Amino acid sequence: MSDGSDLPRESTRDAYGRALVELGARRSDVVVLDADLSGSTRTGWFGEKFPERFFNMGIAEQNMMNVAAGLAMSGKTPFASTFAIFASGRAWEQVRNTVAYPSLPVRICATHAGITVGADGASHQALEDIALMRVIPNMTVIAPKDGPEVERVIPAIVDHDGPVYVRLGRAKVPVLSSEDESFTVGRAQVLRDGGDVAIVACGIMLEPALAAAETLGEQGIQARVINLSTIKPLDEAALAAAAEDCGAVVTAEEHSVIGGMGSAVTEFLSAECPVPVHRIGIMDRFGQSGEPDELLEEYGLDAGTIERAALRVLKK
Amino acid sequence: MRHVADRATSLRCRIIQSTCRAGSGHPGGSLSCADIVALLYFHVLHLDPERPDSEDRDRFILTKGHAAPALYAALAEKGFFPVEELQYLRRLGRMLQGHPDRVRTPGVEASTGSLGQGLSVAAGIAIAGQLDESDWGVYALLGDGELQEGQVWEAAMAASHYGLDNLIAITDYNDLQIDGQLSDVMRVEPLADKWRAFGWDVWTVDGHDLYALDAAVREAQVCGRPAMIIAETVKGRGVSFMEGEASWHGKAPSGEQAEQALLELRGGDADE
Ligand SMILES: Cc1ncc(C[n+]2csc(CCOP(=O)(O)OP(=O)(O)O)c2C)c(N)n1
Ligand SMILES: [Mg+2]
Repeated sequence: MSDGSDLPRESTRDAYGRALVELGARRSDVVVLDADLSGSTRTGWFGEKFPERFFNMGIAEQNMMNVAAGLAMSGKTPFASTFAIFASGRAWEQVRNTVAYPSLPVRICATHAGITVGADGASHQALEDIALMRVIPNMTVIAPKDGPEVERVIPAIVDHDGPVYVRLGRAKVPVLSSEDESFTVGRAQVLRDGGDVAIVACGIMLEPALAAAETLGEQGIQARVINLSTIKPLDEAALAAAAEDCGAVVTAEEHSVIGGMGSAVTEFLSAECPVPVHRIGIMDRFGQSGEPDELLEEYGLDAGTIERAALRVLKK
Repeated sequence: MRHVADRATSLRCRIIQSTCRAGSGHPGGSLSCADIVALLYFHVLHLDPERPDSEDRDRFILTKGHAAPALYAALAEKGFFPVEELQYLRRLGRMLQGHPDRVRTPGVEASTGSLGQGLSVAAGIAIAGQLDESDWGVYALLGDGELQEGQVWEAAMAASHYGLDNLIAITDYNDLQIDGQLSDVMRVEPLADKWRAFGWDVWTVDGHDLYALDAAVREAQVCGRPAMIIAETVKGRGVSFMEGEASWHGKAPSGEQAEQALLELRGGDADE
């Protein structure tokens, strides 16, 4: 079964918390900042282990980002965490002008991204953060698919040039990674091969993408499923190959269809190897309260929607 | 004031019931402000539930939007919508969102939930009130942790610069935020001095003493400056196992815990 239903599950925020503790033990330059959400973001685990290198900045995200900038300018390697809506939204201009413009190595690891935040509702559901972060020059944007990938991403970005935004979630997601996988910033990963249609997904959307590929397979359509965990910089070679081999592309993300991963893919393909692309995401709406599973269905972020999009894009 | 106290107890019971049913939400900070919300809705604010948009109504902004269960209970009891709706708190497609949504819910003045923004909105409403020479007032309820947001102090400066004597803010000073006590996470003291330095008149009162709260509100209404009432409260007030516990900030009681809580709340009421 590739729909992930019988695989172990954990949230990417849990993996982040663990990865930070591990990194902290190896690297004394690593410092962690949070904004009164250290229990939810799991940075509190680092805080317990390394209290002298953990800074709770209170409910003040803008200040936190620029304190992180100052630390980065002074030989420290700061990881700054809060919910994605506040990391990308509230502190956007602080990040744009004072972190990214001078290309400072601040690692913004934001949890509670997307609609699966659930019952807290629209005010807390970041459906725009990929767009907001990828539009900033110098910024690297990564949306890992599962816990093991997060544990590879965190050590991989620690010495990366410039600022990095890592998009993490609250929902428990199936472990799709295999033991021998590796992660390189900017490299996409083919999770399932196929030559009829390419499904490019990130984050929690890999699970329904693989499920859709399975049902398409039963109909004789071989879908290639690509994990585009690095959204910026784009793995242009992998995308061009997918477009050339398959001739049709579906993108799937837990984010607005405007400006996110699907937009990035479309921007590239339309110029370099134009093929029909159908973007699955949130259709220019705000979120709302509800259970994560109900919301995924209500907003069309499920395997059925991906499958229908694939069939439609194949007809073009 | 007896009827206001009864209302406060009723709001507390509804906070417990609605968050328990929802399986999530913020009981701690809702309980800590229940007396303040009850006083405002059942003694101070001039409102007409039949005409939620009437020009001459007083405006209340719940800037600490996560205390929505307290606001919703007051709005329902006031008659803005049926109390039955409270059992659908945080449900897909329903009116009562996890954080206040002014488009979906009659009586909700401002969409809040992102902390630190409500006082600015209240200042804008107060400026509009002055432009129109209105005699209604603007009331805003903030969390103490919320005061760590820089924007609160931008609003504080603007309110005094523009002489917003029709603006009354209340801080729910329960000395807890999510990660613990304010003094451990990020100190806000000396608080009264800060507001005074920003040009506000300040009262510090027991936030569970309805008479003291009411007296402060009456003085604030005529003080001729933007007013801050620092209401000293206990987070989780009224439910023994929630009182003073940061861990009850954002988690719902189980059915069993809710029963225990309701027993305490109703028992306390009978003893008075
Ligand atoms: C801008 C922003 N940052 C973070 C949060 C997450 N959050 C929700 S409630 C809360 C703590 C609020 O503490 P306080 O203002 O003291 O409220 P109370 O104790 O009255 O519940 C935080 C950090 C938020 N809602 N908005
Ligand atoms: Mg508080």
